Amino acid sequence: MKFGILVNEGPYQHQAADTALNFTKAALQKGHEIERVFFYHDGVNNGTRLTTPPQDDRNIVKLWGELAKEHDLDLVVCVAAAQRRGIVDQDEAKRHGKNADNIADGFRISGLGQLIEMGIKSDRLMVFGD
Amino acid sequence: MGNGAKKFMYVNRRAPYGTIYALEGLEVVLIGAAFDQDVSMAFVDDGVFQLKKGQDTGESNMKNFSPTYHALGDYEVTKLYVDRESLGERGLSQDDLMELTYEDEDDDYKEKPSIRIVDRKELMKLMEEQDVILNF
Repeated sequence: MKFGILVNEGPYQHQAADTALNFTKAALQKGHEIERVFFYHDGVNNGTRLTTPPQDDRNIVKLWGELAKEHDLDLVVCVAAAQRRGIVDQDEAKRHGKNADNIADGFRISGLGQLIEMGIKSDRLMVFGD
Repeated sequence: MGNGAKKFMYVNRRAPYGTIYALEGLEVVLIGAAFDQDVSMAFVDDGVFQLKKGQDTGESNMKNFSPTYHALGDYEVTKLYVDRESLGERGLSQDDLMELTYEDEDDDYKEKPSIRIVDRKELMKLMEEQDVILNF
């Protein structure tokens, strides 16, 4: 089966990010496909590389990036939600005159159309949030 | 709507201004309208407050995005299901909601109401028919 994954909450504040990550991992282990993982609302905070959790805790941002690398996943952060919350890549930083970017490895910034397209292309869309 | 269009339902569960879910949810609906799918919206729990008429955010310094709901008809989002019990539980009736309409292109562009008050059983049935449910 082909799954689309929507993550609507940020890491640490809410379990949804962990559950989405674990679900994605489990689905891949079972031989399912992941069409895309889309991050919306505070979920965009899963994609900042400035995240620095205590050393004895999991690093959710890094775990997403590693999983994406291993399985060639498409991790997409919504551009509008990201702009509100200060998640930018190089292009966005340049466009808005910011002096830094913070998108994490393995993530890319794109539009909401990618969410709808994921819904169309997936056999099932899973929403992780509150 | 092309063949093979999927049924998308956007389920709105939260009041409009306490959190950003309603506003960002509406943004998804507007973008999604370009994809030519079979779209509907459901309003349940505190989500029914999103459709309340006379919203005034002046003193809260927040953007009043309620006029955007009036544009939904132009985006061919014409099925807005409102849970009757959620209205009742909050002391609301249809009279408290904005009058949202769309022009029915299959019926000489007659103006028709977009809001349909449904009970939970009907809503359950509608949800079962969906391919994709996004809840905000």
